[in-house]
Amino acid sequence: MASITIRDVRKSYAKIEVVHGVNLDIASGEFVVILGPSGCGKSTLLRMIAGLEEISDGTIAIDGAVVNKLEPRERGCAMVFQNYALYPHMSVAQNIGYSLKVAGVPAAERVQRIQAVARILELEHLLDRKPMALSGGQRQRVAMGRAMIREPKVFLFDEPLSNLDAKLRVQMRSEIRKLHRRLSATSVFVTHDQVEAMTLADRLVVMNGGRVEQVGTPAQVYSRPASRFVATFVGAPAMNMLEGTVTLEGLSLLGGSRRLAVSRAGLPVGSKVAVGIRPEAVRMVAPGTPGALAATVDLVEELGAGRVVYVDLDGAPFSVVTSETVHPEPGSAIGLQFAESDLHFFSSETGSRLDVFKASVPEPAL
Amino acid sequence: MVERTPILNFFTHLILFVGFVFCVAPFVIVAIAASHNLKDVNDVPMSLLPGSDFWVNIKTAWTTADLGPKLFNSFVMAAGVAAGKVIISALTAFSIVYFRYPGRMLIFWLIFVTLMLPLEVRIVPTYAVVANVLSPYQAIMDVTGISWLIEKISGVQVSLSLGLLNSYTGLIMPLIATATGTFLYRQFFLTVPDELTEAARMDGAGALRFFIDILLPLSRNNMAALGTIMFLWAWNQYLWPLLITTDRSHATAVTELKQLIPNVGGAPEWHIAMAGTLIVMLPPLIVVVLMQRWFVRGLIATEK
Repeated sequence: MASITIRDVRKSYAKIEVVHGVNLDIASGEFVVILGPSGCGKSTLLRMIAGLEEISDGTIAIDGAVVNKLEPRERGCAMVFQNYALYPHMSVAQNIGYSLKVAGVPAAERVQRIQAVARILELEHLLDRKPMALSGGQRQRVAMGRAMIREPKVFLFDEPLSNLDAKLRVQMRSEIRKLHRRLSATSVFVTHDQVEAMTLADRLVVMNGGRVEQVGTPAQVYSRPASRFVATFVGAPAMNMLEGTVTLEGLSLLGGSRRLAVSRAGLPVGSKVAVGIRPEAVRMVAPGTPGALAATVDLVEELGAGRVVYVDLDGAPFSVVTSETVHPEPGSAIGLQFAESDLHFFSSETGSRLDVFKASVPEPAL
Repeated sequence: MVERTPILNFFTHLILFVGFVFCVAPFVIVAIAASHNLKDVNDVPMSLLPGSDFWVNIKTAWTTADLGPKLFNSFVMAAGVAAGKVIISALTAFSIVYFRYPGRMLIFWLIFVTLMLPLEVRIVPTYAVVANVLSPYQAIMDVTGISWLIEKISGVQVSLSLGLLNSYTGLIMPLIATATGTFLYRQFFLTVPDELTEAARMDGAGALRFFIDILLPLSRNNMAALGTIMFLWAWNQYLWPLLITTDRSHATAVTELKQLIPNVGGAPEWHIAMAGTLIVMLPPLIVVVLMQRWFVRGLIATEK
């Protein structure tokens, strides 16, 4: 178990900087998920922790000791790779035990530890097989076993579930979670899948364009996204965003075609904002209801437990998630209603959150 | 193939058969000639029905050319060259693919350029070096004046000499360097996923450990293919062994075949020559048959 301290870490390839000064503290035993779109630098950051990439600037410390110049094997990290990276010519047992063999652990002890790890991962009957003869999920478990057997201070996961089918992914997700509870080793997990991120993380780190956008618990990130990027990236379907201007009466949306009467607490009149509202926070009401936004239904996606209704709001795309047993017909007119406390405001220029409405603001009727 | 009609089948098999006849006919003729006696083999045209003196001729060829030790020499040389080429090309390619150092690509291209400089082109300097391995150092010392300095100070005249003529080392060493093998290995190493390298690093394996534990087992098909080709190539070498073995006891089977070829004025003993040829052809044939399975795999498929 170990804490990781990342201080102003940068990475450049030739002259192009891909990670622009990341600061992050990971507590001992914590499960941290780094979430971001492809190319945001999340894998690079993970590989810098592992020691597979050189750190261009800044420091990474594990348990207080700076590891910048250490080889991967000296850092006490173990890594699970996206494509498993099993040695194709070795049996499962040899794959799991290879690091021990390199470290010169005597054969008898090696066998014992391989057995112990195999028991935890339910791989005992597969120990003599070659990786070629395993299914995707089994290979994944072997890759985890290979990381576990070293009893590392830090577990690093590089999108380990992205090659599995949907059902197996859910299953492996809970297995990783269970494993973490059992070993309680510090873990850093990189993914672009937000469901994976939300379900696994103690703490979520959202990255974009080589920068950390937000750090927080999954609930915090979901309910109070720190930027416009986080707001639209976390949550499915994505948060609805409407461009608007603050007026004396409240908000003028979509180039003035819609108006919302909201308190503008502190925002100067005339400032440009992006207003976000989660599809789950919108209620559909009968057209013409006072205070509701009028819209036309475009498309309905049936999800079984509920449905996603895509509506047209003067040309702007807008979606509503509902579990009610209403089945709006495409083309029909409806009204959209939401609480003022569910609105998120972001600066149109910088994209950062404008904290107008605190959670304590009483819900005014719209 | 998309279509399989009887006519197409017939023609493809016909082409196959013609090719087969072209390849095999010379061997059949050699084998038949080896079974005739002195009179029959010189008949014009030679009878294509096998004669009855096959084993007699084989025995004569074996003793005349002293093929036993010569085959052994050939085997040592071919095996040595094949093993040497496999090892050195694997190591060279490993260095070129897995390490970043200045001049890496320059070195790779220098190796590649040697494809254009086969042994025959550089045979004179190569011979000079093998005749005295230390001659380049001697030359450097002479030119820079070091040997003059040493002579002035200690009174000892510097004359380095280490000859490799008439030795297995001399037979094998100059043939080991190989651009083809390096290139083959380089291409193979490039197909090994980076994640495997990284996994080995995370497991704590150093460079040499990774090479021995991971890369070599993965490339055993390549090794078999390269080894087979190079064994055949070295077995069939004529010019180099002829040049550096002045002593007959170090001659190879291929160069010794010359002893069996009738001289002008001698008896036209072609049946003995053919029998000797058959014997000398046999070991490479056995190697190919034994290695065929690995050999084909190494050249066509990348195991995934």
